[in-house]
Order: sequence, then structure tokens, then C-alpha cells
Amino acid sequence: MLIKKPSDISPSEITPRETYRDRRRFMQQMAGLGLGGVLMGATGTAVAGYGGKPLNFTPSTKYRVDEKPTPYEDVTTYNNFYEFGTDKASPARRAHTLEPRPWSVVVEGACAKPGRYDLEEILKPHPLEERIYRFRCVEGWSMVIPWVGFPLGDMLKRFEPTAAAKYVVFETLYDPEQFPNQRGRVLDWPYLEGLRMDEAMHPLSLMVVGLYGEVLPNQNGAPMRLMVPWKYGFKSIKSIAKIRFVEEMPTSTWMRANSREYGFYSNVNPRVDHPRWSQQSERRIGEWGRRKTLMFNGYGDEVAHLYSGMDLRKFF
Amino acid sequence: MNPRGVRYLKLILFVLSLTPALLLLEGALSDALGTNPVETLVRDTGQWTLRFLLITLLISPLRQLTGQSQLLRLRRMLGLFAFFYALLHLSLYIGLDKFLYWDEILNDILDRPFITIGMLAFVLLVPLAITSTDAMMRRLGRNWVKLHKLVYVIAVAGVVHFYMLVKADVTEPVIYGLILAVLLMFRLPAIKRWRPFRA
Repeated sequence: MLIKKPSDISPSEITPRETYRDRRRFMQQMAGLGLGGVLMGATGTAVAGYGGKPLNFTPSTKYRVDEKPTPYEDVTTYNNFYEFGTDKASPARRAHTLEPRPWSVVVEGACAKPGRYDLEEILKPHPLEERIYRFRCVEGWSMVIPWVGFPLGDMLKRFEPTAAAKYVVFETLYDPEQFPNQRGRVLDWPYLEGLRMDEAMHPLSLMVVGLYGEVLPNQNGAPMRLMVPWKYGFKSIKSIAKIRFVEEMPTSTWMRANSREYGFYSNVNPRVDHPRWSQQSERRIGEWGRRKTLMFNGYGDEVAHLYSGMDLRKFF
Repeated sequence: MNPRGVRYLKLILFVLSLTPALLLLEGALSDALGTNPVETLVRDTGQWTLRFLLITLLISPLRQLTGQSQLLRLRRMLGLFAFFYALLHLSLYIGLDKFLYWDEILNDILDRPFITIGMLAFVLLVPLAITSTDAMMRRLGRNWVKLHKLVYVIAVAGVVHFYMLVKADVTEPVIYGLILAVLLMFRLPAIKRWRPFRA
């Protein structure tokens, strides 16, 4: 097995904490954070699991929004990850029970290469890149986050989906030992999300393994999560353990919880209100005022064609 | 309890009741309300409104159970604190959360049932606050009692408002609802006659 247990890693391979803290500070400054980053380094964050280990990657020149990234501290302490509790502070506090290594992903359904893959096997061929995306939560708040990952489509192609694969389904690992709130029934576990095949193959769809140049902290969905920046955040499923190619449109967890409020597409759309929250505007974390929400979260030029001819009020 | 004791108790309760607001203000000024301070402010003032409504509704049953009629003299202040927190909650929602985006606020009130109900609860609270003075009590006489029965409707609306706004985990609003149900049960004629500690 390619996966290293913590005991197999020789001390020389581990970057000293001070070094990667410096590195994080540097990354944040590079990401345009300025003074905020320097101050952040002093406060420090509890990052569970392998989160915080530096990654090798190339910054993408094409996919980086020119807006101030949300501080690392906020990105890693304000999370919706119901497997660790329903308030936003719970994941950072409780996600230490998640063990992101060893990890395997089951691939099944309409493809030529189904099977159980070690995470390392999945990640190996993909060079990592950093992309700075807008992130918009359905609750009306947003962030700007430098993710590290690789195009989802590149990975999916390796499993050789067949012509019957019209949709791809993702599931979060179900293991109440690691995800304590799965013992409760707040949602119907395991968390399930899906994309239409053309959405999944779109170059913007990203498989994420890190943020701010470092390994993804547990509370952000370690070891591997989805990031679909033109959709509301809940579509970007965390801690993925299963990928399934299917012919029929799947019913996602939130659709099952409340089909009147959550649709399959869940594209960011200021003109289609959620019954609970107006989607016309949003609060960018760190700002007091409100910003107008952008159609497809500002990615309309790239993705609008995927939905041409569709009534987005009906297919919300 | 003698009148002087009541006055001291009132003073202590006044300071205690104001404390959550002062702590929130201090938190806001020192940037200690977490990643989304506006959300914290709106949510916490809403929760304190509900708590003060329940505490206000607790006074009558408490008097009934203990036979301490002086307790009634605390009720007006507690009720006014419920109004105070409701006013803060609404102002923060309009001024900070929605940042005076009036078209959005209007849409919220018209289209989002949980906001409609919350708004209704606030509107009903206003006449109760206005008629809370001694002079108003005298002027309205028997009608004052009838008018102030609105607090039951307001409390139910408040809990429903909370229940409808949570996304998935309804534990907290259900707890508020259960407490309210017990408090409302004390208003049933059969239970009202029950005087365990009275000679």
C-alpha cells in the first residue's frame, strides 16, 4: 500500500511547524492578504488531521478571482459540516476524530474501471494547482478561497464512464466513529450529492485536496472534496468515499430533506429566491455591508451555456 | 417579601437582564463575535427575546406555586426587556443583516413565512410596550388585561418563527416550544385553581 501511516513517515520528511507557519504566512501574503496574514500567524488555528502540511502545486493563472481571499482562520473555523454538528464552530472543534489516511474511494456504476482505489492511487497522476474561487453559501454568506486541487473531469475520465453515465454521484464516508453526528438523524446519512456529467466534466469543477497551499484540514472535508464554484456550497460535498456513475438524476441529501427548498442544480442565482433566504445579495465574510450576488456566482461566461434553454426557476 | 426587598430584586434583575446586550456590544466592539458577527448579533438578540418572553410568562405560574404575590411587580420590567431585545433583533436585521436593502426586506416580510410571523410578533408587541405604564393600565381598565393576553400569541409566534428558520436541526426551537407549552398549561382553568403552597 502506498499510504503511509504516521509512524512510517521519517522525521526528516516532516516540515517543522515554524517553517510551514512561515510558509502559510507567505502564501497568505501572496494571496493578497497583506497585513491580515501576518496577524493571523500569531493567533494560530487548531487544524486537525494532516491539515497544515504544505503541498506542491502550481498557481493557476487562469482561475483566480481578483478579490481579497478570506483569512485562513475564518475558512477553517466557520464551516457547515453537519457530520460534526449543525453549528458552524463544531467542525473545527470536533473534526479531529476524522482519519483522512488511510483512505479509499469506491468507484461504481456505469464505467469501465470500477473498484476500490487507494486515495494515493487516485491522486498520483494529477499535478496540483491552486485556484482562487468565490464560494457562496445558500445561507447568504460568501468567501474567497485559494483551493489546491485538480480538475474533476481529469479524474473521472480515468474510470472510463460509459454512454449510460448521465450523472455522477458522490457520497461522504459513513462512519459514526469518525463522524460523530452521523449517530443523530439531522440528515439522511451518508451525505450524497451529484452533478450532471457535463457539469462534472466542466474545467471549473475541481477535486480539492488543500487550501492556502496546505493539506486540507479535516473540517474542510479532508482528504478530498468537491468544489463547484458556480453552485451553492452544499453541492461541494466533503470527505468523498464513493463515486457512482448513473443514468438517472440522483436525489441529493438536501433534496430528500426538503425538496421544496433544494433542487438538484442549486446554481447560484440572484433571481431565484430560496424560500428562507433572499439570494439577491450576500455578506462577504469579513465585511459589514452586503454585496449583490452574481449570476452563477460570477462564473456565467464559463457555465451559462450548460443551461441554455432551461427554465432556471423550474430547475433550481 | 417586603417592598424594599422587591426594589432590590428589581435592580439586580435589571442589571442581569441588560448584561447579554452589554456583552454583545462589547463583543462587537472587540471583534469577538466570531467569523460572522452580524449573524451572531441577530441570532443572539432573537434568542434573548424568546427567553425574556418565556421568563415573563413564568411569573404568574411562579406566583401561583409559591403564593408570593410580590413577584407580579417584576413582570412589567421583564416584559419590557423582551420588547427591548425584540427591537434590537429587528433593528440589527434591518440595519446590519440587510443593510437597509429595503426591497429585499420587504420581499422577506411578504414572501418568507418565518419572517412574516416574526414581524407579526413584533408588531403585536408594540401596543403591549406602549400600554405598559401605570397611567395606561388605569385608563384601559379591564381591557388592559384582555389586550395583554396577546403575549400568548406573541410567544407562540416567536417559537414558530425560530422553528421555521432552522435548516435541519430543530432541537433548540422544540425545547423552547416545550417550555412554552408547560407555561401555557398553567393558564388552563383547571390548573389555575391549583394552589399547592397557599394556606
